[in-house]
Amino acid sequence: MPAGPRHDHHGVAGPGRHVTSGLLVVTALVGVTASATGAMAPEKIRTHVSVALTIAACGCGFVLAAQVLHTGQIAVVHTTRLLPLSGLSMALDRFGALFVAVSAVVGICAMVFRLGYHGHGLSSRTASCILPLFVTTLLLVPAASNVTTLLFLWELMAVTSLLLVLIDHRRRSEVASAGQWYAVMTQFGAAALLVGLVLLTAHAGSQSFAAIAARSAYLPAWVRDSAFVLAVVGFGSKAGMVPLHVWLPRAHPEAPGPVSALMSAAMVNLGIYGIVRVGDGLLGGGPAWWWLLVMALGALSALFGSLHSATSSDLKRLLAYSTTDNVGLMLLGVGASGLFASTGHRALALVALVAALLHVVFHAVFKGSLFLSANSLQQATGTTDLDRMGGLLRRMPLTGTIFLVGGLAMAAMPVLCGFVSEWLLLQAMLHGLPSSDPAIAVAMPIGVGALALTGGLTALTIVKAAGIGLLGQPRSTGAAEAQEVGPSMRLGAGTLATLCLVFGVAPFLVVPSVVDAARSVTRTRIPDPLVGGWQVGLAGVHGALAPGLLALALLIAVALVAGARRVLQSTPARRTHAWGCGREFQTATMEYTATSFGEPLTRVFEDVLRPAHDLDVSHVAESRYYVEAARFHTSLDDAFERRAYRPASVGLGWWGALARRVPNGSIHRYLAFGLVALIVVLVVVG
Amino acid sequence: MRTGWPTVSMAAVSLLQVVGVLVGGPLLVGLMRTVRCRLEGRAGPPVRQPLYDLRKLARRERTTSDETSWMFPLAPLVLVGSIVVVAAIAPLLATDPAYGWSSDLFAVVFLLLLGSVALALGALDSGTAFGGMGASRAMTIGALSEPALLVAILALSVPAHSSNLPAIVTRSLGHPLWLATPERLLALVAFVIVIVAESGRLPVDNPTTHLELTMIHEAMVLEYSGTDLALIKLGESMRLAVLMALFADLFVPWGVATAPGPVHLALGLATTAAKVAALGVGLAVFEVAVAKLRLFRVPELLAGAFVLSVLAVLSALVVA
Amino acid sequence: MFSPVYDAERFGMRLEASPRHADGLLVTGPVTRNMADPLRRTFDAVPNPRVVVAVGDCARNCGVFRGAYGVEGSVADVVPVDLEIAGCPPDPATIITALRGLAGT
Repeated sequence: MPAGPRHDHHGVAGPGRHVTSGLLVVTALVGVTASATGAMAPEKIRTHVSVALTIAACGCGFVLAAQVLHTGQIAVVHTTRLLPLSGLSMALDRFGALFVAVSAVVGICAMVFRLGYHGHGLSSRTASCILPLFVTTLLLVPAASNVTTLLFLWELMAVTSLLLVLIDHRRRSEVASAGQWYAVMTQFGAAALLVGLVLLTAHAGSQSFAAIAARSAYLPAWVRDSAFVLAVVGFGSKAGMVPLHVWLPRAHPEAPGPVSALMSAAMVNLGIYGIVRVGDGLLGGGPAWWWLLVMALGALSALFGSLHSATSSDLKRLLAYSTTDNVGLMLLGVGASGLFASTGHRALALVALVAALLHVVFHAVFKGSLFLSANSLQQATGTTDLDRMGGLLRRMPLTGTIFLVGGLAMAAMPVLCGFVSEWLLLQAMLHGLPSSDPAIAVAMPIGVGALALTGGLTALTIVKAAGIGLLGQPRSTGAAEAQEVGPSMRLGAGTLATLCLVFGVAPFLVVPSVVDAARSVTRTRIPDPLVGGWQVGLAGVHGALAPGLLALALLIAVALVAGARRVLQSTPARRTHAWGCGREFQTATMEYTATSFGEPLTRVFEDVLRPAHDLDVSHVAESRYYVEAARFHTSLDDAFERRAYRPASVGLGWWGALARRVPNGSIHRYLAFGLVALIVVLVVVG
Repeated sequence: MRTGWPTVSMAAVSLLQVVGVLVGGPLLVGLMRTVRCRLEGRAGPPVRQPLYDLRKLARRERTTSDETSWMFPLAPLVLVGSIVVVAAIAPLLATDPAYGWSSDLFAVVFLLLLGSVALALGALDSGTAFGGMGASRAMTIGALSEPALLVAILALSVPAHSSNLPAIVTRSLGHPLWLATPERLLALVAFVIVIVAESGRLPVDNPTTHLELTMIHEAMVLEYSGTDLALIKLGESMRLAVLMALFADLFVPWGVATAPGPVHLALGLATTAAKVAALGVGLAVFEVAVAKLRLFRVPELLAGAFVLSVLAVLSALVVA
Repeated sequence: MFSPVYDAERFGMRLEASPRHADGLLVTGPVTRNMADPLRRTFDAVPNPRVVVAVGDCARNCGVFRGAYGVEGSVADVVPVDLEIAGCPPDPATIITALRGLAGT
């Protein structure tokens, strides 16, 4: 029994069809116009015009998505003129519309932020042309409805984001290295995606998603399995899933402000979109091992990401690793959903998918606000090193508060949005037990354990990031002289932080749309599994949460305690120096740094993290007993990079060097190659 | 929506729970201190001493340092506020299965975590070395005790098919033999370890130490004074009382009121107070017997608690 | 003084780790030049209302160390003193009685 007054227009014909299709076309056109204007406009108005047009494109996208989510009308656009041989074909359903809405909101806030953002070469002609194009692809990828369109838009998104990451490469050398890693990983993922989707197309006989979905049940098992695994690899690398995440912590710190926010809050979502679209939408679910694989990768990403973010002292690298962490949580939800569906618990599968998608939405909101405010902090202090920040909450009150709100939302604190999605994920995993299926019985407790550990580590990460970065005394002159940033930057970041609060208190604004989106991609017709209204609850079982009422109770309690304190205290607070055990100076160098904050954790997980310590002692010439100078260096690098990628790239280099010796200029050798190749081709084809 | 008790009754129960924890927390701490002193062979202060201390501290001057922001005075408020909300919504004295909309066990855990996070941020705001040290250690221990806690809650929620506290308590009340099952005993031990870690008692942390380098929780509050310090001490004693009452609720729930009415509530209050007092005495005796663990042995203890929780879940699944 | 033999804690007295948590300071010995500023800062760190108790003859009037090269003065020369306890050294029971008189218990 479908719930509420919403109608599900699965067909194409419907009264709102022209409106939605028109909106889709308009969005694409405005985005392209913004890009063109950015390329051609004179310098004085270039930024403002391209930003305004990009915001307009995002606005159209949001209206389109809202319309599709509300009415269920699929927006269809098909043209054979732009892409030869296959045509550009888009059909935006509710599932895609959810992602378009998220990208649109993050895009608007990032573009507003962009107005005040100076530096990183974003005012150049290239950037003004490419950035709107990037945002447009983020809006259009969820609308793609055949393989070619998806791959085309995917590649366009990858290329534009790569160019944006490389914007500053002339000024800093690390940017080039980050760009290389990003380019290689992106192309590797795209290649996997290409092979997987082409495999599906070849065996299904058509490249439109609808046709593939209709015929997927009849495909041979090896085709379905390979396509799914390749899709997980391809989309997962874009999402930042371990072990394909190594580009994330390198690319995000080097990308300019709004770009890193867009990448983390909008682009990685599309990886999750892809996995669900292929796994549930195109292939219609699959055997349990698919989803156990996804859950295992999710748990690994969550643990690895949270561990590295907890021990990182560069602010943007910390946030990048926490993106990996949150993607892991989303994958846990997606995997749990598929697992439940494969064993027949459809209602629970829907709940788990809703939890994952809700986390996608809320992650976009809080990660977006975190990245934007981190960029504000970077612009004001000139550094992203947490060990050089401090005292910024007093000097930049609004930006600091925004960072704090986003961070607490990430740590799943009550009152804020992250709490609701993590709670729902826990509930979904809890209600899968007890189960007769051994896979579920083992996977769910591990999932809960992974989620719990990452939750605890994320709380530690945020206390570190906000506590060291914003509180206490400034640890460098850059921090001491920091000024509050301009109004547009505050507005962009602040809007997302406000949404964290609003969604945390009133999740019913978002939950019904998410449920509709989940329903549309899994094509289920079961009744609404979640109780609505002020509660977030599971229908039919004892399990409910009223986030708004909890927030109200907390507010009242804190207000009462504050009142009690005001009544009890006999004199106003005295401002004095911090107690430093009677020492003469209490300087910033005596404060804890981010590195020291994470040190107990580094020690506990020493075997996993393998930090490298380097101690350089130079002695006085006269005697070895006296030390003249000592230098200590500690570094923590990514285990996957160290164990897997570096040996792999060394191996590839060796292979390349070997291969280079073969063509030595002798024409006889080349003729021999040609002959052998021809024989091989004849043998294989014949 | 609610078919159970009238709203007025539920409000009265919440109020009674909050007041009970407010007064009972310091009394619990005083009782534990007295037990320690007697075992050490001396008379010790009266049981009501913490209440006298709070009364004195509340009237003393508050100090803030030059470099603190609004986080420093806010932290004690959030700490006490979050525990007050937990005391109000958890079914410590009375359980009404229909009163389910907010007393979810996971919600309670996250509220307690909010208090810890607030205190750690307040400690970092003081800008001193000990504040950072205390915050770092406390958050590390908190992060490592989260998995043990949540998986133990999972073990308790599986038989009740819900993580809703009143549902778990009601089901326990109906199945008295439940306590003897291996999953309950394993979850019980894991819970005890986590409670000791979260409330900062021996062997994880010594609340009466004066050596700063051995402090975990105390180091966070070295900079607070006056009314703020009174709030923090109150908050910590309330946290201990709430954790013990929750423990009693989950593992030994008999005596909790199941029907509204002054007689039932009075009985519930008396039995909960008795249970918490007994647990406090037991913990105090245990504290006298053990020495504080080295800081880097505490993760091993918490990992052990996590293993026990996982075993509890697995045995719950085997039985179910 | 806080040992089981004399047990000052039964009167509600406790040693605290930070002057911010304390009601007052117990100062022993004369104040040396190096310790004068730390003593002033410690006194400043104690929230109001606060007391200073000079315990022992050296704290009261420098005792045998009067005029020594490293001594700045008695406690009263550096911070205002509210109570003096004579003795070299004072008996624990005397200290406890004096402190009880201060607290009024």
